[in-house]
Amino acid sequence: MNAPNEPVFALARQQEVVAALRAVLPAQAVLYNEEDTRPYECDGLSAYRQLPMVVVLPENEAQVVAVLKTCNRLAVQIVPRGAGTGLSGGATPIADGVVLSTARLNRIVKLDPYSRTAVVQPGVRNLAISEAASPHNLYYAPDPSSQIACSIGGNVAENSGGVHCLKYGLTVHNVLRVRMVTIEGDVVELGNEGLDAPGLDLLAVFIGSEGMLGVVTEVTVKLVPKPQQARVIMASFDDVVKGGNAVANVIAAGIIPAGLEMMDKTSSRMVEPFVKAGYDTDAEAILLCESDGTLEEVEEEIARMSAVLKTSGATAIAVSTSEAERLKFWSGRKNAFPAAGRISPDYYCMDGTIPRKHLAQVLLGIADMEKTYGLRCANVFHAGDGNLHPLILFDANTPGEFDRAEKFGAAILELCVEVGGTITGEHGVGIEKINSMCVQFSEEEREAFFAVKRAFDTAFLLNPDKAIPTLHRCAEYGKMHVKRGALKHPELPRF
Amino acid sequence: MDQVLQHFRERIASATSSGSALRIRGNGTKDWYGQELNGEVLDTTAYSGIVAYDPTELVITARAGTTLREIGAALSEKKQMLAFEPPRFDGMATIGGIVASGLSGPRRQAVGSVRDFVLGSVLMDGKGEVLHFGGQVMKNVAGYDVSRLLTGSLGTLGLLLEVSIKVLPRPFVQHSLQFTMSEEDALHQLNVWGGQPLPISASCWFDGQLCVRLSGAQAAIDTAIAKMGGVEMSDADKLWYSLREQSQAFFSDATQGVWRVSVPTVAAPLPLPGAQMIEWGGAQRWLKTGADAATVRAAATAAGGHATLYKGGDKSVGVFQPLAPAVARIHRNLKTAFDPAGIFNPRRMYTEF
Repeated sequence: MNAPNEPVFALARQQEVVAALRAVLPAQAVLYNEEDTRPYECDGLSAYRQLPMVVVLPENEAQVVAVLKTCNRLAVQIVPRGAGTGLSGGATPIADGVVLSTARLNRIVKLDPYSRTAVVQPGVRNLAISEAASPHNLYYAPDPSSQIACSIGGNVAENSGGVHCLKYGLTVHNVLRVRMVTIEGDVVELGNEGLDAPGLDLLAVFIGSEGMLGVVTEVTVKLVPKPQQARVIMASFDDVVKGGNAVANVIAAGIIPAGLEMMDKTSSRMVEPFVKAGYDTDAEAILLCESDGTLEEVEEEIARMSAVLKTSGATAIAVSTSEAERLKFWSGRKNAFPAAGRISPDYYCMDGTIPRKHLAQVLLGIADMEKTYGLRCANVFHAGDGNLHPLILFDANTPGEFDRAEKFGAAILELCVEVGGTITGEHGVGIEKINSMCVQFSEEEREAFFAVKRAFDTAFLLNPDKAIPTLHRCAEYGKMHVKRGALKHPELPRF
Repeated sequence: MDQVLQHFRERIASATSSGSALRIRGNGTKDWYGQELNGEVLDTTAYSGIVAYDPTELVITARAGTTLREIGAALSEKKQMLAFEPPRFDGMATIGGIVASGLSGPRRQAVGSVRDFVLGSVLMDGKGEVLHFGGQVMKNVAGYDVSRLLTGSLGTLGLLLEVSIKVLPRPFVQHSLQFTMSEEDALHQLNVWGGQPLPISASCWFDGQLCVRLSGAQAAIDTAIAKMGGVEMSDADKLWYSLREQSQAFFSDATQGVWRVSVPTVAAPLPLPGAQMIEWGGAQRWLKTGADAATVRAAATAAGGHATLYKGGDKSVGVFQPLAPAVARIHRNLKTAFDPAGIFNPRRMYTEF
């Protein structure tokens, strides 16, 4: 199904690298026996596995510096790894490389309610920050669905979002400062605890760079006041186009909902038996539209939202009347992925973003592809920000299905680029979507990305061969760069 | 290729072959900002116009030379805004200039800065190649976020041709409150309020008076007023406008130079002589002082921030705070990568590039 999964490094090389690393790290921080390194062979994209030559677990910044200096000297490639929950293979090991796990850098260094900031080490879990801030009525806003497990270092690498990012922003909007180590072993501060830093905005380009520019040792995040209340509207539509228009109408009415999610009929029928959230399984689309703020503010906004949704043709509307009910309405959406796993042996989650006005066209395109590839697809949609998660259902044990699922996924991403969108909204490119980068970016643009990488990682050792494909790779993939927003056959009707 | 772009490309090629510099300029509303002006003017105003604006997508795409007047008019019609409230300088500032300078106004404390709203860009690099980064969608992690790197780069990395920017609806209601308060009390109060769910969208302390603007739904504002107290301001819009446009009296007498000191909101009052005006909940402190640059920078650094000689004064002290060696090295590498011949706005940011 993919790259070989057996040790493919030279034993002498392993011994050399292990000896050099053990000279600068405690013995327990260097793993090289297969039974110890096996757990690191993949991240959340488990279809791709590669046993690493060595795994290191530094316990402080000085040890991170020592690892990087050592690897730089020996020209060993390094794959930084947070909690390993990433879905795009950003932490997939390199056969003769080192995996640098931040798992032991897991301390909340400081949490200051007065300045509304927390200083944390990269291995701290996303949710742990909000839990620690909770007694002060504060929280860390970005809430990727893996927040219970994913680490803040990984969030920085991927510029993670979440269901509330339309209103509260992504990682890049909520991180003030990153302290990181370059491949040379220099400790560098990007940003600071004020609102800006002198010079170029290196912090902005570092966030979302998939561990290819430096290794994070500390992050200062913003904490924001918890809203007093949140309520959600569940609206049904008998047509996905109407649902999409309703989203546009809510925004045109001057409202930025705290969350705005859409599910198609396949998705709601998939989750309803599983969670019994009360979804209307006859509806072609279900919209969840959340308001948060003070009690009075929420009441005013819910009334405004309800009016817009009704005018937009909602066939049914329910407003949560308690926190328990709000969570129930959300449970279906939040359990869409596990529900897919329940009705199908395997599923492949895509992550394109599109200008929202093209939603109907893209959904119809996906429906056509279901026939072409002979696989089913359920669609959940961060409707507010245009981020679409088609879940392609397949069975890896049926010969050819994984291959078809991958091709189906690539075709969806190509369609996203055609309508002026992007191949990844929040999961990152990693190794999974590296070929699709050839479709979205020209050779010169990809060269500019490499130039950015070399500006930080002069030795080209940090997570190389991820995210940015080489010219050679794109030539081999054989798909042309698609001009943004330029449909390949404009003469054909699409609706 | 568009004729204007062809012209830009020829200018770049000719500057490269003759080893001369290009000074990228829109309407020149910020010629006073930055370290040095060098080279022949490359006028971006010929490349202007809104390319796409769909209010329900919350994105506007415009060519670099488009004025904020034109953009503002289009957004106003749909009751939307550039939420980071960039200075418009009588509407003549261009969108390319705003992104290149990275300047934001009063609402920055609540919603973020220019770079937080930049979604995509089109750049002409030192080889005359037209490069697209980011796009028109809010969530996009394909490739490095070069668009945000270009924001605030003062044109040192290339010629911005087009930008896509997230826009937001205008608030339904705005209301401003005034409090008589010392600097220390004002800073404390702003930080306490910052930890509460209050719809504060701007703040300014000057000369013993703290002014706070609230924006949002009527119900939220009513609750906030009841909680915060203070006196309702009558001509508040004038104040916020003058801060945004930097036409406020504080900026007009800049013979000594106006410093912009960026620090954490909780930083204590800066131990520096002279007059101060505080914005952004305490994070932006404007300063007119007799103290020398080294003293100002030392105070800013000690407070966890940095100081920019924003306007006027003696630029030989360095407009921007010097960079740590490893950070400076990355800057030089990026400059060489995007502009190998060193033709774009040389020494506008730091004298070393």
